[in-house]
Amino acid sequence: MLGEYSALRLLKEGLTGNRGWKMAWRKPEPKPAYDVIIVGGGGHGLATAYYLAKLHGITNVAVLEKGWLGSGNIGRNTTIVRSNYLLPENNRFYEHSMKLWEGLSRDLNYNVMFSQRGVLNLAHTPEQMDAHAVRGNSMRLNGIDAELLGREEVAKLCPGIDMSMDARFPVHGGLLQPRAGTARHDAVAWGYARGADRLGVDIIENCEVLGFRRDGAGRINAVETTRGEIKAGKIGVAVAGNSSVVLLQAGLNNLPIESHVLQAFVSEGLKPLIHTVVTFGAAHLYVSQSDKGGLVYGGDIDGYNSYAQRGNLPVVHNVHGLLASLFPNTRRLKLLRSWGGIMDMTMDGSPIITKSPIDGLYVNAGWCYGGFKATPASGWCFAWTIARDEPHDLNAAFTLDRFQRGHMIDETGHGPTPALH
Amino acid sequence: MIIDCPVCGPRHLAEFSYGGEASRTLVAMENTDREDWSTYVFARQNPRGPHEEHWQHSGGCRSWLQVRRDVTTHRIEAVRLIGPFAGETGS
Repeated sequence: MLGEYSALRLLKEGLTGNRGWKMAWRKPEPKPAYDVIIVGGGGHGLATAYYLAKLHGITNVAVLEKGWLGSGNIGRNTTIVRSNYLLPENNRFYEHSMKLWEGLSRDLNYNVMFSQRGVLNLAHTPEQMDAHAVRGNSMRLNGIDAELLGREEVAKLCPGIDMSMDARFPVHGGLLQPRAGTARHDAVAWGYARGADRLGVDIIENCEVLGFRRDGAGRINAVETTRGEIKAGKIGVAVAGNSSVVLLQAGLNNLPIESHVLQAFVSEGLKPLIHTVVTFGAAHLYVSQSDKGGLVYGGDIDGYNSYAQRGNLPVVHNVHGLLASLFPNTRRLKLLRSWGGIMDMTMDGSPIITKSPIDGLYVNAGWCYGGFKATPASGWCFAWTIARDEPHDLNAAFTLDRFQRGHMIDETGHGPTPALH
Repeated sequence: MIIDCPVCGPRHLAEFSYGGEASRTLVAMENTDREDWSTYVFARQNPRGPHEEHWQHSGGCRSWLQVRRDVTTHRIEAVRLIGPFAGETGS
């Protein structure tokens, strides 16, 4: 049994040379068969395995990861957690996620450094203030905290912002969700991995799925992997940007998904400058400051199909232009790191958590930009759907066939052009 | 990324607008089948590897181009002009 993490344990280990720490999760050999296999050892896959074991009593579970644990988007995001949506389906789902976030460190006995520092969406026109009021009211009707701030309140909350009325996009106010914030992304993957492992889940790294096997009745019953064939009663796929590739191997083609690259950036470290997460309203920019002091920020996706985990220069240029426009004092700041992650962009900007048309196969995909904050609720709902063979109310709307039925959940009203979501 | 426009020559990515997957074909207007239309509007092949796609040289000659690009490396393998002047210029 692996030890609990606590202040007392930290003190004890500190006094005895830190020789008592064990690996946070095992490195088991794959067994020939499992009740459930989750393809994809990122945040969503690990959370799914954790909730399957913890809430549904299904512990004979394997998580298959082609690289090392958490090597995909769970470690490639800007760590923002919020539930400030307009549409009720999204509001309810992301608010459930927010509530799970609020108890996550305690639940996992792992500090995910969830920091409810607030997310502030700026408005730059009176019309945008109206739109924020509508969204704030929609949130409050769903029991979510939202506050509409005027210019003075924004200036007080975020002293670095260019508040002059002759700015290119003067700030009129903003919508604040005080309970929103950031979390330590790697810790989320590690915490869920450790939690699932302790409940008996096998986490198998360096194990790429190459194909799926079906029985005579057409039900999927095994996966072919780089470490041999593994049988399973049910198989859940949570592979984000690679959804189209992996699900094609299972016989699901023509998904409503395009894979796009989204870049993110970290600046050199600074003294405390930005105390909340701030989003620019006149163009797409979101920025926060990490505990180490670096600004963490990003903007639009590059806008064309990509599986390369790196982007191109026009977006780099654009994002830094926006940052300098919003926070003029960052103009001489140096960029420390940048990276790209592959987003599974859907045709309405909302996710998919559902049983697939193929027996035994379950799909968790289409997270667009929003996958990180969704991690707990995504795993929670996916585990429910796999265990009970039917969706929970919270993910009942996130089906694959909603596009054909005309029930899109299009938060921004941009239509089937993923680059605009 | 630099796209070699058959009309203007090699130009920077910033001059171009993306038009999406080129493998889709418009459904006939008299066809009212829901599945055919939803496949055309919403379904994508989204391959990992060579990808046929449309770009418009919106910051230049405004021609529509069909480009074959490897989406794992951003390497552009072929560019050709489509529309009324297809085949008249360059490759």
